[in-house]
Amino acid sequence: MAAKFIPHQELLFELKVADVMQTAVITVSPDQKMGELRALLRDHQISGTPVIDGDRLVGIISIEDLIDWLNSGGGEDRIRDRMTLKPVCFYPEMLLVHAIKQFDRSGYGRFPVVKQDSDQLVGILTKGLIIEGMLRRLSKELLDEEIRQYRASHIFEDIVAEYKEIYLTYEIIGKDFDRAGQGSTQMKKNLKRLGIRPDIIRRLAIASYEAEINSVIYSDGGIMIFRVTPFEVSMKVKDRGPGIEDIEQAMQPGWSGAADWVREMGFGAGMGIPNIRKNADRFEIESIPGVGTTLTIRIFTGETEREHEAV
Amino acid sequence: MKLSEVVQRLSLQVVTGENNLEVDVTKGYCSDMLSDVIGNAEEGGLWLTIQKHQNIVAVGVMKALAGIILVKGRQPDENTINKAREENLPIMISPLGSFELAGRLKALGIEGD
Repeated sequence: MAAKFIPHQELLFELKVADVMQTAVITVSPDQKMGELRALLRDHQISGTPVIDGDRLVGIISIEDLIDWLNSGGGEDRIRDRMTLKPVCFYPEMLLVHAIKQFDRSGYGRFPVVKQDSDQLVGILTKGLIIEGMLRRLSKELLDEEIRQYRASHIFEDIVAEYKEIYLTYEIIGKDFDRAGQGSTQMKKNLKRLGIRPDIIRRLAIASYEAEINSVIYSDGGIMIFRVTPFEVSMKVKDRGPGIEDIEQAMQPGWSGAADWVREMGFGAGMGIPNIRKNADRFEIESIPGVGTTLTIRIFTGETEREHEAV
Repeated sequence: MKLSEVVQRLSLQVVTGENNLEVDVTKGYCSDMLSDVIGNAEEGGLWLTIQKHQNIVAVGVMKALAGIILVKGRQPDENTINKAREENLPIMISPLGSFELAGRLKALGIEGD
């Protein structure tokens, strides 16, 4: 069971027994007859139930006990004669992941839940309830993301102003290949939330990834600023140097100033800038040796370019 | 052809994205230069490479690739595995080299550009 949940394993660590247990529990008292149990299990379509004396949990009785009783002739036994004493219990604060281990280890179908350090019954947990609870949580998370997307995608409609712009800024750390690409990945998710068309996001993401990698490889770091308006998305990547001496040469496809170890990682093919250009509607690069390089691109999102040029 | 069928026919070892294999694959691309892949690989295609660091995941996601096959039995870095899990991107391993594996993919009907 646990193996199937790997992508959402963190869920098992977030959820507690109290989050998924059922609090309305059908119970029996130890003095009831086994014959009554039979009707109770059938009527409620359950396969076992806790045995309660007052509000104290004294045992648990299941369909197996019922079958044993029937096999032995079905006499006048009461539940106290057939129940399992001192059953293993869960506590409300217990993490679901530990509860699931218990299910796997014991093979039992249900566990009573009692208040910590007491025998006061507060609920019951079955595998079915765990699955239900997890599905509930998963669909809530999906719904939350949908709501976030919905809200964000209506920002431009809901906010009234002459000009509407959203800026997203990300730091680029020079020579840090482990974090390279993170800003572009985050930007991509945010633009999706903002309801930008997927083909536009893809073009911008490719351009920004290439630009981010270039800054990581060649510069001492910098920032990426994305600007989103109802008509276009644009990106400015500004690094802190050292700048490009011969910008014409740097623009040539295949030209690369990358060190060998960078090339071995598969970067520095001299194709970054051509890739950026290919995906941009407008492209500008400026560099001052000793100061830094600024790259700006724009992608138009509306119907016609002319319309946006006017904006 | 479904990616799951490609995995089975070519005995690929699936490292990540095991629940994301029921996608159709028609195209493939071989390259070890990331920008080359970004510029030229087809969306939804398979990518054969010897690169195994975590930036391949970013490229795979940017290009919305069906999956990445590491050739010559290369093992992905731990960071690569973590990132790929986050993105649910299939990473597979083949003991074959790019040339041989591409040939077999082509025989299965998966084309280059």
